[in-house]
Amino acid sequence: MKKILEVRNLTKIHGRGCPQCIDSTGPEADTNICPHCGSVVAAHGVSFDLHAGEILGIMGESGSGKSTVVKTLYFDDAPSAGEAIVFDEARQWNLFSLNAAEQRWLRNHRLGMVYQNPHLGLNFNVSAGGNIAERLLMSDLSHYGEIRERARRLLERTEVLPERMDESPKKFSGGMQQRVQIAKALATQPPLLYLDEVTTGLDLSVQARILDLILEIQQELNTAMIVVTHDLGVIRLLAGRTIVMKYGRIIESGLTDQILEDPQHAYTQRLVASAL
Amino acid sequence: MESILKIEGLSKHFLLYDQNKLIPSCANVDLSVHAGQLTALVGPTGAGKSSVLKCVYRTYLPSGGRILYRDAGGHRIDLAQASEHHMLQLRHAEIGFVTQFLHCLPRKSALDVVAEPLITRGEHREAAQAKARELLALLNVPERLWAVPPATFSGGEKQRVNLARGLIARPRLLLLDEPTASLDPATTDRVVDLLQSIKHEGVAMLAIFHHPDLVRRLGDRVIELAPPVAVSDILETCAS
Repeated sequence: MKKILEVRNLTKIHGRGCPQCIDSTGPEADTNICPHCGSVVAAHGVSFDLHAGEILGIMGESGSGKSTVVKTLYFDDAPSAGEAIVFDEARQWNLFSLNAAEQRWLRNHRLGMVYQNPHLGLNFNVSAGGNIAERLLMSDLSHYGEIRERARRLLERTEVLPERMDESPKKFSGGMQQRVQIAKALATQPPLLYLDEVTTGLDLSVQARILDLILEIQQELNTAMIVVTHDLGVIRLLAGRTIVMKYGRIIESGLTDQILEDPQHAYTQRLVASAL
Repeated sequence: MESILKIEGLSKHFLLYDQNKLIPSCANVDLSVHAGQLTALVGPTGAGKSSVLKCVYRTYLPSGGRILYRDAGGHRIDLAQASEHHMLQLRHAEIGFVTQFLHCLPRKSALDVVAEPLITRGEHREAAQAKARELLALLNVPERLWAVPPATFSGGEKQRVNLARGLIARPRLLLLDEPTASLDPATTDRVVDLLQSIKHEGVAMLAIFHHPDLVRRLGDRVIELAPPVAVSDILETCAS
């Protein structure tokens, strides 16, 4: 199988940092705040590979650093150290040494992100269709009729009524907003998609249908995905492999069924045992 | 004849941190499974029969020993050490697992649940569904249920859907954990016939059966497991 993403020793420290930050934080220290300088070690030493068409789960409680990982990989946040390479057909992108224009190009063409908060992924001042058109325009499609038709088809695919494509997503329900976000992220058919707590806070029945949609898309387009969540049910349903994070570090990784049925780390055992 | 699966000195124990306990599950298991043959695991409850199957599928991480698998390309792989990606690929293409319980997407029809393994291997939807219909009919699943998600099915109906799903893609190695536990005698006979015909096609099977009668009818080799020696002393070292 083809490797699509390689992440090595990704580190993100919020604050000025000091030489003792790393040693004084993490699961053993039971904190991610450095007691010496007050900096937050959001992630440290995070390494993993992702293959084409694979869904990788990143699981952990709030503050574990799981969102930080995808934010740096989507250029929402600059890492403090580490390396990440996207293997895209014949090209290789060394994410953290790209200039702003290259980052923008990659984001618009080859990466997709769906945020927990639709305000981050959508522009509420333009219509649902306009949101998708925006992304299509940035990826070099310029014929009006063609853009509108593509947007309509994408919304249809994600089960948003095409009749509502000219309305602002402001008026949509939470589940519908997530569907528009997914349609927007998929507009350029990126080989790599990040999903950050996309079903958190939605009704259970709405959650279920969004998860179904994500699985269908993964099967249709063979999109590789990183799914960040604190929800074991989402992990079980979507991810083939899972990484467990605590206080910015990976404490365990494995096949998802193994993580859930035979967790090796004390923290993962507690996490699995406390699931409903 | 060379074996498809050869297990040497396999052991599995669980270290439960919250209770500070080491729980042994199986120890010193040796067995082999050959193409076109069925190796049956027998022994009392708690002897670790299911753990052996789960170690082979890597739902459990083995604690010791080797699980040597010969893949379609003739390569020997120790499944106890294989990478996660390698395991996923083998599960996808070569190793199947049928358990007592059906784990599937809650909102898919029985027909789609059964057809799915073929579709993910690249077969056309219609062809996969035709095969799924054939298997569901063979296993006596009433046709009115085919379009319904299996969540509301009876235990026996779920089990038949589960079997159909596990058998449809004809894995090289099939792991069976009490696949007939809640079936009536007539359906059990059909399952036996089906497993016999799959054996003739060359599928290697490692199985746990509820009834000794099934072991007698299907087993080419029988491996008896004894419950492992209990570790009564609590390990002080766990917490540290």
